Amino acid sequence: MIFQPAIIALLLASLVCVGLLLAAAPLAIDIIRHWDIHSGSERQLLLERRTYLLSTLLSFIFATQLVALLLFVFNADRMSSLFVGAMCAVGTLKVNAFGFPALIAQIVVFFLASSWLVINHVDTLAHDYPLVRVKYLLLLILLPFLVAAAMLQLRYFLGLKADVITSCCGSLFSEEAPGLTADAAASPPLPTMIVFYLTLTLAAGAGVLYRLRQRAAWLVALLSGAAFVVTIAGVLSFVSLYVYEHPHHHCPFCLLKPEYSYQGYWLYLPLFLATAAGLGVGAVQPFARVPSLESVVPAVGRRLATVAAAMFVLVAAVASLMILKSRLILLEG
Amino acid sequence: MNAWIEKQKYLIDFTLSSLARRKAKNLGLLLVYTLIVFLLASVMLFTHALRQAAAEVLVGAPEVILQRMVAGRHDLIPPGYLERIGRIRGVQHKEGRLWGYYYDPVVKANYTFMVPGNQDIAAGTLLVGAGMARARGLAVGNLISFRSYSGKLFSFTIARILPHDSELVSADLVLISEADFRSFFAIAPGYFTDIALSVANPLEVRNVAAKLSQQFPDSRPILREEILRTYESIFNWREGIVLALASLAILAFAIFAWEKASGLSADEKREIGILKAIGWETGDVLKMKFWEGALVSLAAFLIGYLAAYLHVFRFSSSLFAPVLKGWAVLYPRFELSPVIDGFQVATLFFFTVFPYAAATLVPIWRAAIADPDAVMRG
Repeated sequence: MIFQPAIIALLLASLVCVGLLLAAAPLAIDIIRHWDIHSGSERQLLLERRTYLLSTLLSFIFATQLVALLLFVFNADRMSSLFVGAMCAVGTLKVNAFGFPALIAQIVVFFLASSWLVINHVDTLAHDYPLVRVKYLLLLILLPFLVAAAMLQLRYFLGLKADVITSCCGSLFSEEAPGLTADAAASPPLPTMIVFYLTLTLAAGAGVLYRLRQRAAWLVALLSGAAFVVTIAGVLSFVSLYVYEHPHHHCPFCLLKPEYSYQGYWLYLPLFLATAAGLGVGAVQPFARVPSLESVVPAVGRRLATVAAAMFVLVAAVASLMILKSRLILLEG
Repeated sequence: MNAWIEKQKYLIDFTLSSLARRKAKNLGLLLVYTLIVFLLASVMLFTHALRQAAAEVLVGAPEVILQRMVAGRHDLIPPGYLERIGRIRGVQHKEGRLWGYYYDPVVKANYTFMVPGNQDIAAGTLLVGAGMARARGLAVGNLISFRSYSGKLFSFTIARILPHDSELVSADLVLISEADFRSFFAIAPGYFTDIALSVANPLEVRNVAAKLSQQFPDSRPILREEILRTYESIFNWREGIVLALASLAILAFAIFAWEKASGLSADEKREIGILKAIGWETGDVLKMKFWEGALVSLAAFLIGYLAAYLHVFRFSSSLFAPVLKGWAVLYPRFELSPVIDGFQVATLFFFTVFPYAAATLVPIWRAAIADPDAVMRG
């Protein structure tokens, strides 16, 4: 089912991104091999200029991934009417085995690209560009992830087949069609709720700690990653139930729909921002001892940690507000 | 933060005046860009409005239709079927329907004859759709004769012409009383064309259909959601095909944008050279070029989308309608209700702004890394 506008758009986007990064790979290898900041040779000058191209390229890919991620989810939601039993995006993504892996791969690429941009930013703030080699090595590592995400997406879209009426026979697909319900595997509400608030508090606390003392950068990154996973689990387990006021509707995507006044954006935008910032704190930490970065890393890290802490608090606040506003009684007593 | 915004404001200001200095070149780009957006946006707006119209029409349709099959062909429902369905739980309302097609050799068109379930029509009179009234030049009170399939001539008076707003579904419709229908098509009492069932609980629809196909092995149930799904996928497919064909145009546009962005005039090169000589960094030039692209894209997107909106909803999309809506002799004249869809705007963005940005990435970088002295000397 390739001839759907949004699918063509998504495939076009991932094709162009992979193509651009593939074309950039030889340049990156060249930089890794011949970079020498102290040389004034023509080659070094050329390499320095190329770094501008590569960082622009990556910002472009990052922005594209962000929009593509949104479009992917919307598209899944829109296509749910084409499959028997699919009520919303979850059903569409479950139509074949590649749906959720493709989504997860895209999220991973998104966070990898954001971490790369943080490292890039730190590097450009130092006078001697100490991280150039590391940066472009990381760029080469990013490439297989991007290719994998694009492949998963392609496999997913190729495997889709709409259940439409054919002119030759009576149509009743229901007999063999598996139930594609919005009942995603969800954990029990109360324990999840405790873990959810605990993890968010810890993640925000680690951010504040880093801001004040510049310590435990790894913890910030680790807890940010954990908070992302736990928040998604929390949305599946109880936040969505409260929003929909329905004890069995666990869909994490319907929150983004106009029926629920786009509340999901208030939850997901801060969450993605906080996670990207928190992971960024950890991503630049290994370079804190580089002489020219000694003052840069803590400064950038502090700003990122502040953003992460503030955004995690916002996520918790938004989730609490959703629960308080709801008329659903999930936990008694 | 404030300083950053101020800086961007100055950059935008500078970019705008720099764009204005090269009107001819930039207007050419803007024109082509707008045209691409217009083309794709028209296709998308039109198909989306059609999809919406189909969905609206089907809202009132029965959840399940039961047709009887004989040797793989659609046949009449014999007496007794309707009574047997009554025992299926979940069926709220059931009704035998009478409808059929009639070919009119005068205008070489097919009419749909139908007995309405919810209104009584006096014997010897007809209610006709606006499309048919137009084709035959009919007015209320006129007499019209049809030769039935049995060879007999029947005359009817036009009691009313159906309202224009329902023309998308009623262009070729002829509403007739049950007695007239049965004698015109020679259908014995007790027989029906098909059976319409309404099921209140949407989750029950499939169960009801499964029971029906078990109880009546010679019949096929057709579900409303299946009809909707089929329409949806047909319109998506048509839209996708048009867009896939248009991708050649997009490719041409990307090459054009690449050319425009890399073919810097001597003036532009000197400008960049001077900017760098007075202290701009490569990053600043990149930012300026980024704003240039963003402004051109925004203008083209807005103008193109607006033009497409007018084209589709004001001028009935006269350019693409033949490809997208199919054809019929009594084609309904209809106005589509304007719908703008965020999802579609995002898709359109990927088809237009994204290729433009990707194509201009390298040329912009080339322009930005130019050496001031080399440029000014050359």
